[in-house]
Amino acid sequence: MWNYIGRRILATIPVLLIVAVLVFLMLRLTPGDPAAVIAGDAATTQDVAEIRARLGLDRPMVTQFFIWIGRGLQGDFGESFFYKKTVASLIADRIEPTLALATLTILLATLVAVPLGTLAAYRQGSWIDRIVMGISVMGFSVPVFVIGYVLIYVFALQLGWFPVQGYQRLAEGIGGFLHRLILPSITLAVVFVALLARMTRTSVLEVLNEDYVRTARAKGLPNLKVLVFHALRNAAVPIVTVIGIGIAVLIGGVVVTESVYNIPGLGRLTVDAVLARDYPTVQAVILLFSFAYVLINLAIDLMYTVLDPRIRY
Amino acid sequence: MTGRVSAVPSLIVEAPAVTARRPGAWLRLLHNPSVLIGALLIGLIALTGIAAPLLSGIDPAAINPSNRNKTPGYESSIRDDEGRKITRKAVMGTDSLGRDIYTRVVYGARVSLIVGITVAVLSVCIGLVIGLFAGYLRWLDGVVMRVMDGLMAIPAILLAISLVSLSGASMMTVIIAVAIPDIPRVVRLVRAIVLSIREEPYVEAAISVGTPTVKVLWRHVLPNTIAPLIVQATFICGSAILLEAALSFLGVGIPPETPTWGNIMAEGRSLFQVYPHNILYPGAFLTLTVLAINMLGDGLRDTLDPRMSKRL
Repeated sequence: MWNYIGRRILATIPVLLIVAVLVFLMLRLTPGDPAAVIAGDAATTQDVAEIRARLGLDRPMVTQFFIWIGRGLQGDFGESFFYKKTVASLIADRIEPTLALATLTILLATLVAVPLGTLAAYRQGSWIDRIVMGISVMGFSVPVFVIGYVLIYVFALQLGWFPVQGYQRLAEGIGGFLHRLILPSITLAVVFVALLARMTRTSVLEVLNEDYVRTARAKGLPNLKVLVFHALRNAAVPIVTVIGIGIAVLIGGVVVTESVYNIPGLGRLTVDAVLARDYPTVQAVILLFSFAYVLINLAIDLMYTVLDPRIRY
Repeated sequence: MTGRVSAVPSLIVEAPAVTARRPGAWLRLLHNPSVLIGALLIGLIALTGIAAPLLSGIDPAAINPSNRNKTPGYESSIRDDEGRKITRKAVMGTDSLGRDIYTRVVYGARVSLIVGITVAVLSVCIGLVIGLFAGYLRWLDGVVMRVMDGLMAIPAILLAISLVSLSGASMMTVIIAVAIPDIPRVVRLVRAIVLSIREEPYVEAAISVGTPTVKVLWRHVLPNTIAPLIVQATFICGSAILLEAALSFLGVGIPPETPTWGNIMAEGRSLFQVYPHNILYPGAFLTLTVLAINMLGDGLRDTLDPRMSKRL
């Protein structure tokens, strides 16, 4: 087991390195001088030269990469051109809303999708199954921003149950914090529910065909007990894996949802930074999101080896 | 590997390549309700896009300052060159520049479908070539797959918005930026198929009698990738349409004067609380289109690739 854990961690390093190289190259491989792009239209030749020297753009590409990633690993991503503060402090300011939104979304989606998927598998072919699968196809097809605006229209504008937009920090009271976060989380959870319900259904269906489920039924255990303690428990590994893979979908959704609900998080920051051509910020945020995705999936993989003694590599 | 089957190579090489050529598989598509409904809806939307100039006589970019922000059903009248009065009804209302939403929605169908189909074809073709060679040539495999892993780790929307912002917004850059994040998924699929096919006796036989690599790939490996790739291409088409709309919506996509569903919605964002129709109409069309494509994809997958449908 330790051998596997060691190899799995080592295998992650090249992926992280390649992600870093790709994010770095994105800025450098585009036509034109990055220093000129960063300096903007009104810059003088002197400004451009100064920026080039400051960013180390006059040195070889490989050296530049190691300077950038070396500083990045120490938390120094330079200074934002648009916000006039360090990128690190900018990210620190914006991380709370994004983490809160993502956590509540995963929580909501799991609470809705796992029972739905289990029920659909248990009653395979019934109308419940059809409805769950129908909802799932719908969930994949409705764009996040359309869901967001429909929810705002119905629950905020027509019914007045929730505020239209905005965010309140956790420190200012948990009531207002949750009240403002519920609509965005439901919005973001829809696609996640679709993904998770489908996967739950498939893996529970597979487990329901196993011998030990038949044995459990044969010895007279109530259906609910068989479903929860035998089927669902054994189907947990693929379900948790999909939560991990779904983080990519979640990050994409965060970017859009934060823009719809005007939440000052990392997703909103990415869009604003892209529109302002604030490249140090863009690079840092993309790198952060990608690393988070890879590391969360690493953590999930490692969790299995500890939690599920059947997994041997 | 080649030693094991060299006994009767000529016999095996003569055998036809295993393909999805059984007539049954393609015929069965016609009996799948999901395929039929999906294809019908897509056909209708495509017709809408093609017949856009017939469905609306107005220029989708025409600005009309006196007709700004009208609610659906608003009637306006103008006089034509001979002084006759023509009444025109804005079925879906107008936006804050007085452009007709209905006209823009109808023209928007063109952009969405063009982007979706082009992205699907582009990413499948590039992914297919990379995947074939990565799966077949051992020395290439490690490097290519690590790069693909890295590319897949960057969330698609972030990769796309930064690519568009760096290279300037146009239809072309949006298509390329949306296609790039999809390539690794195709490569993985093709590579997995190649790895299983290359162990088949008829492929080993073909190799052992000295068939050139390119010919082995073309005659024996490629036909096996067609059915799964059609399924994959359908889903890519759907997600590409969603991603393009998200990019336009965020203001980093196709230039705002082009009528795309995402652009109409982006324009309606600021006044959404007063005039929700700017977002709801194009949103409904977008949802319907992607739903139709996903239904078609689900049906195709169940019919053409039963193994895959078990997995998800």
